[in-house]
Amino acid sequence: MAIDMQPDAQMRWQRYQPGVNDFALMVATKNGSGSQTSNVVLIRSLFKMGIPVSGKNLFPSNIKGLPTWYTIRASKDGYTARRATTEVAVAFNQDTITEDIANIPHGGVLIANKDLKYRVNRPDITVYEVPVKDIMSRGEFPKDFADRIANMVYVGVCCHLFGIPLDIAYEALLDQFNRKEKPARMNFSAIQLSYDWAKEYLEKRDSFRFEPMNKTQGKILIEGNDAAALGALFGGVTFVAWYPITPSTSLVDNILNHLNLRKDGDGKNTVAIVQAEDELAAVGMIIGAGWAGARSMTATSGPGVSLMAEFTGLAYFAEIPTVIWDVTRMGPSTGLPTRTSQGDLLFLYTLSHGDTRHIVLLPSNAEECFEFGWKALDIAEQMQTPVFVMSDLDIGMNVWLSNPFQYPDTPINHGKTLNKEQLEAFLQEKGEWFRYRDYDADGVGYRTVPGTEHPGAAYFTRGTGHNDMAIYSERREDWLQNMQRLRNKFDTARHVVPGPVMRMSSESGEAEAIGIISFGSNDPAVHEAIEHMAAEGITADYMRIRALPFSQQVWDFIEAHDRVYVIENNFDGQLCQILRMESPLSRSNLVSLTLGDTLPMTALWIHQQIVQHEEVP
Amino acid sequence: MPNALGLERTDYKGATSTLCPGCGHDSISNQIISAAYDSDLPMWRVIKLSGIGCSSKTPAYFLKGSHGFNSVHGRMPSVATGATIANHDLIAIAVSGDGDTGSIGFGQFKHLIRRNVHMVYIVENNGVYGLTKGQFSATADEGQFLKYYGKNDLPPIDLCLEAIIGGATFVARSFSGDAKQVQTLLKAALRHRGTAVLDIISPCVTFNNSPDSTKSYPYGKENEIPLHEIELMAAGYVAAKQEITIPEYPAELVIEVEMHDGTFVRLKKLGEGHDPRNRAEAITLLERASRENLLLTGLIYYEEPRPTIGDTLSLTATPLARLEDSQIRPSREALDALMKQYM
Ligand SMILES: Cc1ncc(C[n+]2csc(CCOP(=O)(O)OP(=O)(O)O)c2C)c(N)n1
Ligand code: SF4
Ligand SMILES: [Mg+2]
Repeated sequence: MAIDMQPDAQMRWQRYQPGVNDFALMVATKNGSGSQTSNVVLIRSLFKMGIPVSGKNLFPSNIKGLPTWYTIRASKDGYTARRATTEVAVAFNQDTITEDIANIPHGGVLIANKDLKYRVNRPDITVYEVPVKDIMSRGEFPKDFADRIANMVYVGVCCHLFGIPLDIAYEALLDQFNRKEKPARMNFSAIQLSYDWAKEYLEKRDSFRFEPMNKTQGKILIEGNDAAALGALFGGVTFVAWYPITPSTSLVDNILNHLNLRKDGDGKNTVAIVQAEDELAAVGMIIGAGWAGARSMTATSGPGVSLMAEFTGLAYFAEIPTVIWDVTRMGPSTGLPTRTSQGDLLFLYTLSHGDTRHIVLLPSNAEECFEFGWKALDIAEQMQTPVFVMSDLDIGMNVWLSNPFQYPDTPINHGKTLNKEQLEAFLQEKGEWFRYRDYDADGVGYRTVPGTEHPGAAYFTRGTGHNDMAIYSERREDWLQNMQRLRNKFDTARHVVPGPVMRMSSESGEAEAIGIISFGSNDPAVHEAIEHMAAEGITADYMRIRALPFSQQVWDFIEAHDRVYVIENNFDGQLCQILRMESPLSRSNLVSLTLGDTLPMTALWIHQQIVQHEEVP
Repeated sequence: MPNALGLERTDYKGATSTLCPGCGHDSISNQIISAAYDSDLPMWRVIKLSGIGCSSKTPAYFLKGSHGFNSVHGRMPSVATGATIANHDLIAIAVSGDGDTGSIGFGQFKHLIRRNVHMVYIVENNGVYGLTKGQFSATADEGQFLKYYGKNDLPPIDLCLEAIIGGATFVARSFSGDAKQVQTLLKAALRHRGTAVLDIISPCVTFNNSPDSTKSYPYGKENEIPLHEIELMAAGYVAAKQEITIPEYPAELVIEVEMHDGTFVRLKKLGEGHDPRNRAEAITLLERASRENLLLTGLIYYEEPRPTIGDTLSLTATPLARLEDSQIRPSREALDALMKQYM
């Protein structure tokens, strides 16, 4: 098997052992075979049974044919990180079945498509063999769909083996097909058929099962990119330019899907969406639009960000608001386009030549993708600068259990943008208006946008050296003054961006010896690890960073702990590097724990890493 | 004399130019000033855009009452695209160079035209990179010699031809030494809806002004062949539909095209004449001009405007940049209803 999904570690700790509503299922199929529908039906079914569930698609960079693995985790405790072990394997792909069988942990379950060629020599697992063709031949399916519908066979078998009621599976199907009964019924008949077959021929010999509970009440299931799209639409985005790239594509696709949210009374759009010829053009367009007064954004991934470097520097220096979503994947270069990573952090923070610094928001989950989706647009206008939002493939393209989204709790913020009347009042009060003059001592000037009907509104925007009157200047005093103001502005941003989220172990808030710092999609794994570690007597406090630049809270947290583990899913430990680079503290107590192995982080990995470090004398 | 907005010509000026004295680009800036003044252009609605180069510096030197944006090398077209979609009320005037447009920005130039972004796109074409001190550009003459860079072995790119093939609906070539023609073409371009491309030969007196260069003053003065005499007739002018009585011009030698705002461009053919409304004829003309090294100037191609990129996006009537907050943030109820769908 190409992906090492099973850690070589033994199951050393009881808390990681599977149980009822507490195990993971892995479905191995061929990419493009239509198995995604079946997998989502399983996830939705568990969700409807009230069992916390999460799904991860480990797919290849390919449209059809290469192997793909989908893991579904049920967790009675509500853990949504990737589970280190997948106890049940549905082996439906000839190309990987041998490895898939070999990777089943001791005590696990194999559900194999009997039509494939394979040999099982694993007395330590339970084996169920399913004659897919034979089962399908018992029903009547339109020829064109038979192949896809065959994927429903494992759904039916799982329903029987693990206790998913058929009516719930049908409801999940209905949801999946947008409440359209015809396709739902057709697929359901395959589920029913295989369920009946399994009931008759498969004797349940393992102990894995699902039981209804009530832990998903009031929750939603959503992909991060969908959440981000909604965030942007509720944030009043008016201009989107983009160039397709995995894993960001579905973000813009979802903006298009939800366009009905943004129609005027005549059915016309209040947001423009332009597919550019490349990312150079996409970023140029959003900068042009941001300059002209639109709330603009793009969504891209690493290679696209690379192309945006020069323009980003222009927007930083000319102080133009815009939002760039980087849904990250593995680099360098084309890397692994369909695998997750947090490898762009350092790059985003200082993107472009010269002394540039950027605001980078770091959502951890779907809820924050929504929240930062609208907030980023506000922060960009408030700070008059490009704002990056760094999500990743894991957050963006996987389905997450989430709280329903909170409606924005602050009105749309255009920052210090003067319209005609406001400019007039400003001139009355101050007797002048200069674009880059720091009137409020926060580093942020007042701007006008083109098309403001006032004789004094115009100014000249440029990436070349300028003074605070927006006039071209090569004087060193002007240069230094401008750079100093930009730095002051960056300091202002420290209080504007979302602050860190703390999880202190002691109720009094007293600091433990161990601190953990992490960000983004690692969050569920960190929480889970902290709880498992606590059960073993290792207590740790946790600070999740939600944005760059850092605020004072970050340094306070580091100072208060003896050892601080900085946990991230990239190879070089980029967050830790930024912390070390900027730390005002005299002692260095940061320990960099990095993964960057193409997969979402697991609690077990974090737990093992920390124990290992703590055990070293 | 003040124009209809009560503004003098000097009100349309910009900062003092810092280009080399005699640079062709400065005379084009002057004609932009005159065209804007004569056309009663409201400066608050105008945006001036450029890339990087000596030519791209010029937006600072005209229309001080307009917002300007000196962006990055070759990528101004994308900035213009975003800005004009964000606010379709804006009148966009862009200045680029032959390096800016013909090399680093060639892709964006083609896509700008394909999208038919509503703007005037001026290329100040001198056959060299002025700002980086005289390297050959992609429009330099084949076989030309320059002091530091030797012989240019590559054929030139014809920006007008590229514009026509790319789908531009208004394509003109001019010579910055022909002030009157430049000015009239600018006025006509300002009245066009869609991308109007003006490739203006604009000599670089410092690096490419020897008489053997087709981009030099001596060459242009000597060899410019205007295709027609161009006039702009005020809106309400109706003669076109009726009999045309210009004493020394036979009717078949006068071509008139109505512009978007109701004004007319009247072309009185000179020499053998050229009908800019015929695409094939325009392409043939440009190919002949390049084969025979002719500096043919005037309105090379004109077509009824096709929809601009903004028109294709089915946008609300108010410019996006001016929508009220209540128009761009869906309601709380909309979110609640949506959340139910995900439960
Ligand atoms: C990305 C990038 N590469 C290179 C340059 C350097 N550069 C500045 S202007 C220029 C050429 C300008 O030539 P042209 O557009 O013909 O303008 P001119 O100066 O001749 O008017 C170059 C190569 C730059 N500014 N940016
Ligand atoms: S170098 Fe050439 S193009 Fe540049 S300002 Fe001087 S004359 Fe003009
Ligand atoms: Mg040039």
